[in-house]
Amino acid sequence: MAEKTGGLASFVNGVGMRSVQTVRETGYLAALLVESFYWLLVGFRRRQPVRMAAIFKEAMSAGVNAVPIVGLASFATGMMLAIQGIHTLRTFGAEDQVVLGIALSVTREFAPLITGIFVAGRSGSAIAARIGTMTISQEIDALRVIGINPVRYLVSPILAAMLLTLPALTIMSDLLALLGGALYCAGELSLPLPIFFARTFESLVAADALQGVYKSLIFAIVITMIGAVNGFGVTAGAEGVGRATTRAVVLGSIGIILADMVFTFLTSR
Amino acid sequence: MSSPGSLAIEVTDLVTHYGPRMILDHVNFSARQGEIMVVMGGSGSGKSTLLRHLLGLHQPTSGAIKLLGKDITKMNADEMFDLRKNMGVAFQGGALFNSMTVGENVELPLREHTRLDDNTIRIMSRMKLEVVNLAGFEDLMPSELSGGMIKRAALARAIVMDPKLLFFDEPSAGLDPVASAELDELILTLRDAMNMTIVVVTHELESAFKIADSITVLDHGRILMSDKTAAVRASEHPRIRALLDRTPRDDSVDADEYMERLTREIN
Repeated sequence: MAEKTGGLASFVNGVGMRSVQTVRETGYLAALLVESFYWLLVGFRRRQPVRMAAIFKEAMSAGVNAVPIVGLASFATGMMLAIQGIHTLRTFGAEDQVVLGIALSVTREFAPLITGIFVAGRSGSAIAARIGTMTISQEIDALRVIGINPVRYLVSPILAAMLLTLPALTIMSDLLALLGGALYCAGELSLPLPIFFARTFESLVAADALQGVYKSLIFAIVITMIGAVNGFGVTAGAEGVGRATTRAVVLGSIGIILADMVFTFLTSR
Repeated sequence: MSSPGSLAIEVTDLVTHYGPRMILDHVNFSARQGEIMVVMGGSGSGKSTLLRHLLGLHQPTSGAIKLLGKDITKMNADEMFDLRKNMGVAFQGGALFNSMTVGENVELPLREHTRLDDNTIRIMSRMKLEVVNLAGFEDLMPSELSGGMIKRAALARAIVMDPKLLFFDEPSAGLDPVASAELDELILTLRDAMNMTIVVVTHELESAFKIADSITVLDHGRILMSDKTAAVRASEHPRIRALLDRTPRDDSVDADEYMERLTREIN
């Protein structure tokens, strides 16, 4: 009887329950991920192909439609980095070095992170909301009885679309953030755009840009899977859908940042 | 092909649990090819659970469920996939895909299971929409349909593959008497025209007696009776009479247990 033994026991009980829940959810996420890839790779052989049309549709909504917002945010971030960089470096009289700072921080960190956070907000929530609504309206059951695997039909196309579009968005974000920085430098330091970009590409090696792209692949998986897990977990009606949506965005964003930290730690040593 | 009169559905000793709670307790019943079997019972009798198990959406604790002669509890995914082409399901709320038009909903099983060309698929799905009197509605979204129309559209989607087995969950729930009667007529027509075996889960007496060839009565997870409609109507079993005569159940209350329930987890 945990109720009678007071605060500490119920606290420990709560921690235990949450831990079990977390482990269960992580396991479910891993299984879902494996299944999503499974259908992508061998679905056609089991008469459950992941349709190109579905992937393109998802790529439009998750990727192409995110271009304006991601672009704007990247441009502003690049400019902000230039402002802060020049401000800080000026104390050392080294404001010329701002180009290197912008080039490295944008490609290795800011572009994939900003892209990931925005896509998590747009698509992570949309994935959770759609799957959650379909769960409570028995549409998932309907898919299953028709003989359509819900993971193959709902998750795999989004996963493929995200894996395709997030790296592309990240590269676009790279370029726009650099442009933002370049424009500010042109005004503040009278540094012509061609020279800014020449120096940028001089200081960058392929590995820097690739690191951002690899990160975006991990983010694509994190966003899709966290959205899907929360969507399939909906039980309590419309309120549950709302909660799952919020949870997908919050967990997706924090998941991205944590994954980023781990990845950066492992690759930058 | 199984001969007419053979068993299309055979459930033996089905036991299922929801968490630690037993929902179905050694359920046995069968339905012959081409008959309409109505599964009847009050709320919480386990009839929805029974349906979900018949659809292969859950794995039972024990027992066997034979559909068209094959035990679905022992099937692998590929065999189940093949069987599903012979099963149609109309869910209680319709469960139409809200992101697709009515037409696309009805076409979906054909698109997934056949390699027919676009026009053939469209014509076949329109034929089914004709059957359920929804011709001309294929370009509407499910949200633009009334309750009765949603159920009929769901029925059209369920029969688009010409299944041998049709499951219908609460066809009359939430419908006015006229719409409900129309749906009953439709179910009878389907059985006669396509020789489907139809399982209808309902708590509506009137509709049950109108369409049923046989009735299975569930109560607290047990089968009270599974027999021809006339036999069920004439049954003297007190629980069945209570259900048929709409008398409230008179579960006796144990005073101590009642107090325990009220005071539990306080103090």
